[in-house]
Amino acid sequence: MTVGFIMLCHTAFDRAAQVARYWAEAGSPVVIHVDASVKAQPFQRLESQLEDLANVRFSDRFACEWGSWGLVAATQGAATLMLRDFAQVDHIFLASGSCLPLRPVADLEAYLDARPGTDFIESVTTEDVGWTVGGLDRERFTLRFPFSWRSQRALFDGYVRLQRRVGFSRRIPAGIEPHLGSQWWCLTRDTLAAILNSPDRQAHDAYFRRVWIPDESYFQSLVRRYSGKIESRSLTLSKFDFQGKPHIFYDDHLGLLRRSDCFVARKIWPHAGQLYKTFLAPDGKRVMAEPNPGRIDKLFSKAVDRRVNGRPGLYMQSRFPDREFENGRTAAPYSTFQGFAEVFPEFQTWLGRMTGALVHGHLFAPDRVHFAGGDAVFHGGLSDSARLRDYNPRSFLTSLLWNARGERQCFQTGPADNQALNEFMAGDVNAQISVVSGAFALPLFRSGLPFAEVRKEVARLQKIEAAHLALLRASWVKARVRIWPLAEFLENPMDPLQTIVEEIAPRLRPRLTEVPRMADFSGFGRFLQDLRNQGMQPTLMGDYPASDDFNPGRDRPFLVS
Amino acid sequence: MRPVVDRTSDIRRPDILLFCTLRNERIRLPWFLDFYRKIGVNHFFFVDNDSGDGGREYLAEQPDVSLWTTKASYARSRFGVDWLNLLLRRHAHGHWALTVDVDEFLVYPFSDTRPLRALTDWLDTCAIRSLGAMMVDMYPKGRIADARYSEGQNPLEIASWFDGGNYQISRNPDLRNLWIQGGPRARMFFAADPWKAPALNKVPLVKWHRNYAYVSSTHMLLPRGLNQVYDGGGGEKASGCLLHAKFIDTFGEKTAEEASRQQHYGREYAAYDTEPVLWTRWSEQYVNWRQLEMLGLMSKGNWA
Repeated sequence: MTVGFIMLCHTAFDRAAQVARYWAEAGSPVVIHVDASVKAQPFQRLESQLEDLANVRFSDRFACEWGSWGLVAATQGAATLMLRDFAQVDHIFLASGSCLPLRPVADLEAYLDARPGTDFIESVTTEDVGWTVGGLDRERFTLRFPFSWRSQRALFDGYVRLQRRVGFSRRIPAGIEPHLGSQWWCLTRDTLAAILNSPDRQAHDAYFRRVWIPDESYFQSLVRRYSGKIESRSLTLSKFDFQGKPHIFYDDHLGLLRRSDCFVARKIWPHAGQLYKTFLAPDGKRVMAEPNPGRIDKLFSKAVDRRVNGRPGLYMQSRFPDREFENGRTAAPYSTFQGFAEVFPEFQTWLGRMTGALVHGHLFAPDRVHFAGGDAVFHGGLSDSARLRDYNPRSFLTSLLWNARGERQCFQTGPADNQALNEFMAGDVNAQISVVSGAFALPLFRSGLPFAEVRKEVARLQKIEAAHLALLRASWVKARVRIWPLAEFLENPMDPLQTIVEEIAPRLRPRLTEVPRMADFSGFGRFLQDLRNQGMQPTLMGDYPASDDFNPGRDRPFLVS
Repeated sequence: MRPVVDRTSDIRRPDILLFCTLRNERIRLPWFLDFYRKIGVNHFFFVDNDSGDGGREYLAEQPDVSLWTTKASYARSRFGVDWLNLLLRRHAHGHWALTVDVDEFLVYPFSDTRPLRALTDWLDTCAIRSLGAMMVDMYPKGRIADARYSEGQNPLEIASWFDGGNYQISRNPDLRNLWIQGGPRARMFFAADPWKAPALNKVPLVKWHRNYAYVSSTHMLLPRGLNQVYDGGGGEKASGCLLHAKFIDTFGEKTAEEASRQQHYGREYAAYDTEPVLWTRWSEQYVNWRQLEMLGLMSKGNWA
């Protein structure tokens, strides 16, 4: 059993020479194709570097622009030369100049020996590929592509659209079922010879010459016609990112590559000296392991996910999503409470105790940011300065939630606070917004200020809260919103509190037995009536009884049954 | 601006170039050169603004430095941008050019295991022309006046703390760049008028073309597309950070000098009081780029 290697090279020739030497000295014939656009000097240098090796050949040179037929022509030429000059070769491995063998040739030969007559080539029908660049799969085979995708994109796209509109379609030659797959394969001598010596070769070539990116479809389609046994996967570890560019390996991937047990990897960064030194060392360890690129796959798919979707709730120098493209407006679920601290003076500490969440005061209060515990600085260095916060409230809130992710955040809101983020939070699936409407009037009632001033302030705050409530009832709202008019809430505060507490700490499942101490409401009903008498209409409090008594005839109204 | 020593004929085609303007920073130079040589800068361009501390003579002796000097006003050259734009246009065409101050240290994804060339090669592969790297102000744990720096020392050993997440970001529709403020300077010195806090967004690494130009320090460039170092669709582009080791012991002296000259963004210097402690219990101590990535200050993007 002998494997021959074809190497398609266009850059980093010193590294290609190292790899070619490694294979050749292990007894594997190597045929090298150098891109025709490479200048004479580096080409000659490569030739002279390998001159002492009898089993290295250079094949006729074609220009290999990305996605062009030249890549197929180069491969055909090199393969023909390989079959002609090296009769002992029974598997042909197609590699590039930036490939690096990770295991000794003997390992690969043993692996192939154990699977006789098998062609290793990724070959997938156009219906089943999900990874094509430009969104073209079947149409690669039925349209014409006279313009370059890379340098004439507008023309390329326009011409595709035009052909779709007029319903143009090329005829696919009989016997060819279009398949796509990685360019890097390992074929048996028989299959490769059958493809190259096919009586229909001219027709095949004439057809594929005008297919888009034929190096991903020529051999991948023709093996379906000529191979006896296809293993549809590549023995070359080669991953592509979301733009169709190959991921690159560096010295710090050494451990990952070693554990992958793959035979060949690409692309290697030419300056990754440690990788070349390690894997081209002459006494490579023999292992009989199945290639397992799982960890590398995961690494690269995570990288693509970060580039495409990013980390939800993060706003930073290289991720600043437009509205509706946030993929999560904020980093974590959070809860806001309006009116609760007015009804229950110890609400903050009580809620923290019941749920284990971090409960702030009014983060958007006009005087300063009321962080939990009254701290002047919070996570990430956030300042309690109201001016800094109000300079960019959205940055403030998103930073706070990002910095403290992992710990549930709760805070108080109110109509006297900065309202700038009402819409932002209402549209945020992470927000749980609870409002006891009209409760803002209680501290004013207790303030002892002249009635005329209180009346004015109640009217002002009611207007603000009413606008906020209208917003929270809009159809586009994504937050979990709960609104209770004050009167309704006081009638039975236990159920709402139970719901809220369970929602914040679902795993703790705290059972409430008693509500926290309530503020003194005596005289509040009279106060509301006074407001009415002065021509002001308090609407957000619900049907608040003038007597302040919600459960006439019961002594302990708030005990759980 | 007149040349002191011109070694630009040594520059080869793939070289990575660094551009810097400075005044009286002699004590910082050895570490600065060392740091950037280690990550793979091939040639340094300095514009010396009339230093009187021997820095010019020191730089002139360095084999990989080309040096110009000028007595002209820093402020009237738009804080050195005009000088650097001129040198960039003349010498950086077709090169990756890194433009930094002598107290700024570039950290990029994998900077502890991969040289700068790995990054620029990757950016080339992806047809990306510019890399964003926001400034992260570094500070000591105690009083700035007590953070004594000695020549050749890593300034981040002294100023090793930073704010992890208190930055304000908005978009500048004119030049399409993000405007980032915040950090300890906004927190300590600009809480009363935050809009005056210094900009932290920077685009220091650019595959230069002779038609490009920095507009305001390295905060933004023309053409505008180069400022698009962020993704608006939810994804993360690769980015780095410029660790800004400004707040060490020369600070007090320097501030007095600069403030009296009314040159360097005058207002900012006037805002610093003399003995500030920037450290808080929420300050983060610098470990490595992965920490900055985890905190969300920079990103690997799709580089893996």
